[in-house]
Amino acid sequence: MIVVPCPNCGPRNSSDLRNAGEVVPRPDPQTASLHEWRSYLYLRENPAGWVTETWYCRSGCRRYFTIERNTATNEIRDPGNS
Amino acid sequence: MSRHGYTYSAGKLLRHGLTRGAWPRMWGRPERRDSYEVVIIGGGLHGLATAYYLAENHGITNVAVVDKGYLGGGGSGRNTAIVRSNYLTPEGVAFYDRSLHLYNTMAADLNLNVMLSRRGHLTLAHTDSALRTMNWRAEVNKFLDIDSSVIGPEEVKRLTPSLDVSTDTRYPILGALYHPPGGIVRHDAVVWGYARAADHLGVHLLQETEVLDIVCAGGDGPEGKGPGGRVTGVRTSRGDISSPVVVNCTAGWASLISNMAGVPLAITTHPLQAAVTEPCKVFLPTVVVSGSLHVYVSQTDRGELVFGASVDPVGTYRVNGTLEFTEELAGHVLELMPGISKMRLMRQWSGLCDMTPDYSPIMGHTPVEGYLVDVGWGTYGFKAGPVAGETMAETIATGRTAELIAAFTIDRFTDGDLVGEKGAAAVGH
Repeated sequence: MIVVPCPNCGPRNSSDLRNAGEVVPRPDPQTASLHEWRSYLYLRENPAGWVTETWYCRSGCRRYFTIERNTATNEIRDPGNS
Repeated sequence: MSRHGYTYSAGKLLRHGLTRGAWPRMWGRPERRDSYEVVIIGGGLHGLATAYYLAENHGITNVAVVDKGYLGGGGSGRNTAIVRSNYLTPEGVAFYDRSLHLYNTMAADLNLNVMLSRRGHLTLAHTDSALRTMNWRAEVNKFLDIDSSVIGPEEVKRLTPSLDVSTDTRYPILGALYHPPGGIVRHDAVVWGYARAADHLGVHLLQETEVLDIVCAGGDGPEGKGPGGRVTGVRTSRGDISSPVVVNCTAGWASLISNMAGVPLAITTHPLQAAVTEPCKVFLPTVVVSGSLHVYVSQTDRGELVFGASVDPVGTYRVNGTLEFTEELAGHVLELMPGISKMRLMRQWSGLCDMTPDYSPIMGHTPVEGYLVDVGWGTYGFKAGPVAGETMAETIATGRTAELIAAFTIDRFTDGDLVGEKGAAAVGH
């Protein structure tokens, strides 16, 4: 079980939330080429280690928030403390 | 001596049984050379099959398969050993059907009993929309000459009497996609068969040799990596190996290996959990899959029930089991087969699945010359192993992408040309 600290609802089981994946910088849709846009949509670094990711508090406050998680250990830290 | 070295036969079994003589080792531990024509990263089913077909079909034997652990210790030994070809896209159907053909003759080709059992495969539909997808798949399958059809609850009950087909359940069985050629294989034997045959043809199987870096030159990125460059070799925990061709046949670690060559992939890695019960009398004659209930069940020759699930929803490289999985699995299986409520689970385990956005693999050449990929095998890598090896070997030997895998190119993501296979490849959707 992964316990995810929602900034609003406190620690919650990960099954109460949805993992929205790695944070990837979004290119400007007005100026991005198709190649850049699709790279943003699909390509991921997928590291075995610390990753900054977005979670959606699905069955709680319905807020999106960002945390850092180590994908090798599932340890979680606040991005502010990195 | 056959072309695979020591030949297994009934006579040999009798002789070894009577004399208690030791069987020869299936493959050796060769001394590493400093350079090879082809280096394959990953000593699982895909890597070993690629090496075997390179040697057998194309005469390329100066090949090394490197693995950080032992052969078949990753997904090849953790899957639920199901084979089938009733996919949704024409590209997928043609590809997986070729694999089923190779599985058919494998025991004779490799002189090793892989215990193929084509017992029939049922994909249950519990909702109208699931039934619609089953009909769609059946029509695509029939058009491509695959034995596959939609059957009603009575026929499901006739084929598999232990299933509850009553209508007052939470997930009533409205019908099923029936695929008679589908079945199960002994997955370890498949790995051993390819390893033994490849070793005998001269391929070097280098176990406990971890790849630390892929050495490139001329690329756009740092250290000459990335698009426009070419591969010159690999750096391993047992020294450097130079090679003009490096093939990534890893599962679970595909992104980490590919990042070493500066080639990012459209992959996120998720664990998938499976479990096995205590053995009991053989009562389940088919492979049963339920998409809505996220479960697939088959019974081994020893009588154990093997259960698989969909991938865990959170991407991670950690492969520990969870109580949530066991609880959900037990509930869902009993929904289908209330009669097995007294059976005990013996063991659960998990393996890593490299999920792509369209549930199809990523195969063939990449923007880095000499670096090829055979990755993104999600939850369908085992059944594709033989054909993946055959087509990757052809692609390496001829320099041209094999026709069967042309649709699975790495460029399809940035070209916007995805091969949507989710309707047939994923359990949990």
